[in-house]
Amino acid sequence: MFEKAVYINSIASIHPPVSEPADRIPGTRLKAEEPDYKQLIPNAGARRRMSRIIRMGVAAATRCLQEAGEAWQPDAILTATGLGCLEDTEKFMNSFLDNDEGLLAPTAFIQSTFNTIGGQIALLLGNHGYNNTYVHRGFSLESALLDAALLLAEGKASRVLAGSIDELTDTLYAILARFGCWKNAMAGEGAAFFLLSDQPSAASAVQLQAIDMISSPEKPGEAYLHAFLKRYHAEEATILYPEEYKQYSGEYPTAMGFGLWYACHQMKEKGLPAILLCNSFLDNHSLILLKQA
Amino acid sequence: MEQLKQELKEALIETLNLEDMTPEEIDNAAPLFGDEGLGLDSIDALEIILILERNYGIRIEKPSEGKEIFYSVDTLAQFITANRTK
Amino acid sequence: MKVFITGIGAISGIGQGGEEHLASFRSGQHGLGKITLFPTRHDVPVSEVKATNDNLKERLGIPRQQTLSRTALLGITAAQEAWQDAAIATTNGLRVGLISANSTGGMDLSEQFYPLFREDNSRGRLHHVASHDAADSTERIASYLGLTGFRTTISTACSSAANALMLGARMIRQGLLDVVIAGGTDALCKFTLNGFSSLMIVDREPCRPFDASRAGLNLGEGAGYVVLQSEKSLHKSPYAELCGFANSNDAYHQTASSPDGTGAWLAMKNALEIAGISPEEVDYINAHGTGTPNNDASESQAIYRLFGDRIPPFSSTKAFTGHTLGAAGGLEAVFSVLAIQRGIYYPNLNFTTPIEETGLMPVTSYSEQNPIRTVVSNSFGFGGNNTSLVFRQINR
Repeated sequence: MFEKAVYINSIASIHPPVSEPADRIPGTRLKAEEPDYKQLIPNAGARRRMSRIIRMGVAAATRCLQEAGEAWQPDAILTATGLGCLEDTEKFMNSFLDNDEGLLAPTAFIQSTFNTIGGQIALLLGNHGYNNTYVHRGFSLESALLDAALLLAEGKASRVLAGSIDELTDTLYAILARFGCWKNAMAGEGAAFFLLSDQPSAASAVQLQAIDMISSPEKPGEAYLHAFLKRYHAEEATILYPEEYKQYSGEYPTAMGFGLWYACHQMKEKGLPAILLCNSFLDNHSLILLKQA
Repeated sequence: MEQLKQELKEALIETLNLEDMTPEEIDNAAPLFGDEGLGLDSIDALEIILILERNYGIRIEKPSEGKEIFYSVDTLAQFITANRTK
Repeated sequence: MKVFITGIGAISGIGQGGEEHLASFRSGQHGLGKITLFPTRHDVPVSEVKATNDNLKERLGIPRQQTLSRTALLGITAAQEAWQDAAIATTNGLRVGLISANSTGGMDLSEQFYPLFREDNSRGRLHHVASHDAADSTERIASYLGLTGFRTTISTACSSAANALMLGARMIRQGLLDVVIAGGTDALCKFTLNGFSSLMIVDREPCRPFDASRAGLNLGEGAGYVVLQSEKSLHKSPYAELCGFANSNDAYHQTASSPDGTGAWLAMKNALEIAGISPEEVDYINAHGTGTPNNDASESQAIYRLFGDRIPPFSSTKAFTGHTLGAAGGLEAVFSVLAIQRGIYYPNLNFTTPIEETGLMPVTSYSEQNPIRTVVSNSFGFGGNNTSLVFRQINR
């Protein structure tokens, strides 16, 4: 599908606990296990304004770069989020509602924008490279990965940092409960970042072979999945269905971020030659085909 | 005046979320902005304008008016003492 | 592989469609007026689209009782116009994509929901919050136009729509799509108005881009879309070519632009490099030019740095339309295409005295039939997200 091979050379994720058996009752709120931010974002001046989602995003991005173990800058930074910085958005709405549009504090507004995490990662790294933010429900991360593959094929980049972030707030939980979302799903959140390159690193084991995005009220059926695998000569791939990883991550627009992290781990741990990772969010369905590099 | 300065430092720490800082660690005469001082920036200046309006009834229309006033805790306290309406 | 523009659509405070916009530019008629869309205590001029949501629905044949955000309604209006303009008889065998941008999603409706909800979590109409996310308007446009293929949404504050055009062009170049409808939409809302007010960068007077006395921006709303096509899929003579694009991060501050305009300079320079065009060949720049002291100083420095003593005619159209945020790059792409087609320099309203440091003088009067082959359009945003696009006349 891509003109140049795309390798996943480093992965990092902040997510609800995977080790303990999750309390798998629909409606459960799964909260991400957050790291010590002082370690990952040592700059106190930068950290002090960051809301929880921004800390999660910046920390996951930092860890991803650290684990790649090299001291260079990425050539591009791509972020993806379904709902963006909800806590800051709500905080700013409350501030103008409470004060009748007077005494407006700017910090929450500035940090409510969807691109704030991508911007802050660039700011902390001093990175002038390509920078973009995708905000399309279940296609957000997929779009960022597609953009990364384009950048590598164009020869404009050889290392792209791409990731997704969504946060669960009390308000979001309450609103989605009224929509009936928690009748069959658990509520989740998380941040996952990936370092993509046209060159495999020594530690690299995974190649991103193809991405497919389907808009339809219906999930793609088995026949579709198998035709897709056949097209990419990957009939041996293990199919990873959303239920398998969402039992840990819960449901959120960019749960695919955790899915991709989980799939990379599964490939290494179980020595699987290829995985077809599937996701469905509302009418957005996506497939990511991974194989051993 | 000393009480006002203490009050200001507490407001700065709380509003600007200066984690792990205590009022004692802020030098009254040291610059608040720029790398040699507390490292505050233009967003913080907007937050300080709100502290003046909310707590002392002082309105500043343009952020550029605040440059000298916001230099340090000392200059802020002097300005507030001279202009406060509450 | 070349990327061509075959359709344009625009709606803003100064009109709907290319002709209405040009009539306003020609007569110097800006779109500023009092805020009528919602009650507010802010008394500042804004450029509203002169149509209620019901008017917009009526024009589109959408039943009045259907709940759509104003963001979606403006987006559908402009995207549909661009799509009709491209007049693609059949999409059979063509891979058609939609890449749309906005900055605050369906916030105009969320603002009706949230005050009730926060009093009592069982209150507030769910219809009013269902379009909160940024993807909603994109999905609505796709569904209105009957598009079933690739779609995505970009949000990088004020450079959002320019990034949508850029991605569209790149996907066509790499052979992933044949046709892309790309652009952006944003409706004026209380959230945005209060947000920009909190930053103290909203001018109570009409904005004065690039003027020494400039004191802030005026907010606007609208939508602008273009249809991009590969050479192979062309069925009519295109308007212009989208031949250059680049995106760069200023990495200076969360909201402020660097004093030396590094991000802006990189965006323009790299976009011209991709186009294979030297700075001397640029005939017009549609500047970002918001009217804030910071942006215009920084952009001026970047222009000066790239073009030196051969600065091409340039102007900001934001004194006409207001700053339409996530839509700005789409609207200004439409203006850039029209500039090439008819040789237009757009007037930069309210300019009298140049900025001391750079002395740059924008174009201040409207004229047509100028020799314009190449146009650079700038869109810069919070988060340091800077994007420049290069449009080129078709070689005949």
